[in-house]
Amino acid sequence: MSDTQEFNDRLQSVLRRVYGHNTVLQSANRLSGGASQETWLIALDAESGPSDLILRRAPPGAEQSMGSAAIGLENEAKVIRQAHQGAVPVPGVVHVLDEDDDMGSGFLMSRIQGETIARRILRDDKFATARDVLPEQCGRALAGIHAIDSAQVPVLKPSSGLDQLAYYENIYQSREVCRPIFDLAMVWLRENAPAPLPTVVVHGDFRLGNIMVDESGLAAVLDWELAHIGDPREDIGWMCTNSWRFGHSDKRLGGFGDLEPFLDAYAASGGVEIKPADIDWWDMLGSMKWGIMCMLMYESFRSGADPSVERAAIGRRVSETEMDLINLLERQRHA
Amino acid sequence: MHNQPSVTELVQSVKNFVDQTAMPELTGRAAFHARVASNVLATILRDLESRDSNDAAELGRLQALLSDNGTSSIEKLNRDLRDAIRAGDLTIESDQLLDHLKKTAIAQLKVDQPGYSGLADALKE
Repeated sequence: MSDTQEFNDRLQSVLRRVYGHNTVLQSANRLSGGASQETWLIALDAESGPSDLILRRAPPGAEQSMGSAAIGLENEAKVIRQAHQGAVPVPGVVHVLDEDDDMGSGFLMSRIQGETIARRILRDDKFATARDVLPEQCGRALAGIHAIDSAQVPVLKPSSGLDQLAYYENIYQSREVCRPIFDLAMVWLRENAPAPLPTVVVHGDFRLGNIMVDESGLAAVLDWELAHIGDPREDIGWMCTNSWRFGHSDKRLGGFGDLEPFLDAYAASGGVEIKPADIDWWDMLGSMKWGIMCMLMYESFRSGADPSVERAAIGRRVSETEMDLINLLERQRHA
Repeated sequence: MHNQPSVTELVQSVKNFVDQTAMPELTGRAAFHARVASNVLATILRDLESRDSNDAAELGRLQALLSDNGTSSIEKLNRDLRDAIRAGDLTIESDQLLDHLKKTAIAQLKVDQPGYSGLADALKE
């Protein structure tokens, strides 16, 4: 039996278990993702049930190769379910794969229609209204995420801003690269770390590209694999990091809006009161982190693990974050 | 050593092939990688054109910043600079340090990603 046939047969069994005996799998198409994290679009013919679903899956044996910070798909499903209860817009998790399913780890979720490609969201006329309301919607959604009861998601690891600084500083220093701007940023970050806020459930990768947007705004918060326990300002600073403004650096919030309406909505929905200047340190941490991540992705080219031109090219994007870090450090000096 | 066609001309010819012949024939992931490859070739062309003058300017700034007598390599001086920053001997309070790092970042980014928004911001200030 071919791998495809076996995959389809197993998926068919899972769908029957979830939606009843008359459910028929029509097609399963791989959308994207690396070797360890697959995303599939599932079309089905069900008497009572949806016509399509999304499957997020790590095939059997793939778990070990996942990034150390990733929480695993079963845990991701748990966090998404908690977020849903907190009225955060997320896809509905309809089934978490178990051993009986024999398909590896992962979960089936409802398919949400919308756009994830940042440049389209920022540029296309059809998202003009969405861009206007997105800051407030993101503020409310993030307040909902940060209100998740961490006791309900006991798997998440704590990671503070200083933990992350130490983690990335160690990666940088253990490699044969000399980029003094990173050293200057790391020294400044260590010496100017703000007092920590009470910890919350942090999404960990809250930015354009990981949220789905339709013409009326925020449709769903996706990609929860880096969720952890941390400082609420981390999520806000990450969305403000210039790398995630996709060329629209004048709009501090993700390239689409101002930070103030976001922070107002965040506080009005139960988040702590935060001023724009409180995000500066996290904004710089974000640029530093993304720069080191680019170095690591290039490293996978240099080592031969991923010989693609894409992996080589990303090494020449480290200088983007150097420029951002210098711009931010200059502003701090005049602050 | 023969230099006709020059390295620049050879790279340009490959870029022409990728842009005009290969890319229109490709779809999906291969088309995406062809576009990345074309961008890489453009980076190489910019690097070939400006590396010598960028390195010379960076070396001159490093020598002045670290009071070097002109005998150390650019790699050695960059390691010395890194060590001085880590030791706290040079901080963001040093105008000369920030001026050097900013000029170096601008020169590098003009090669790597001349359309990057942070570069426009830096040149505006």
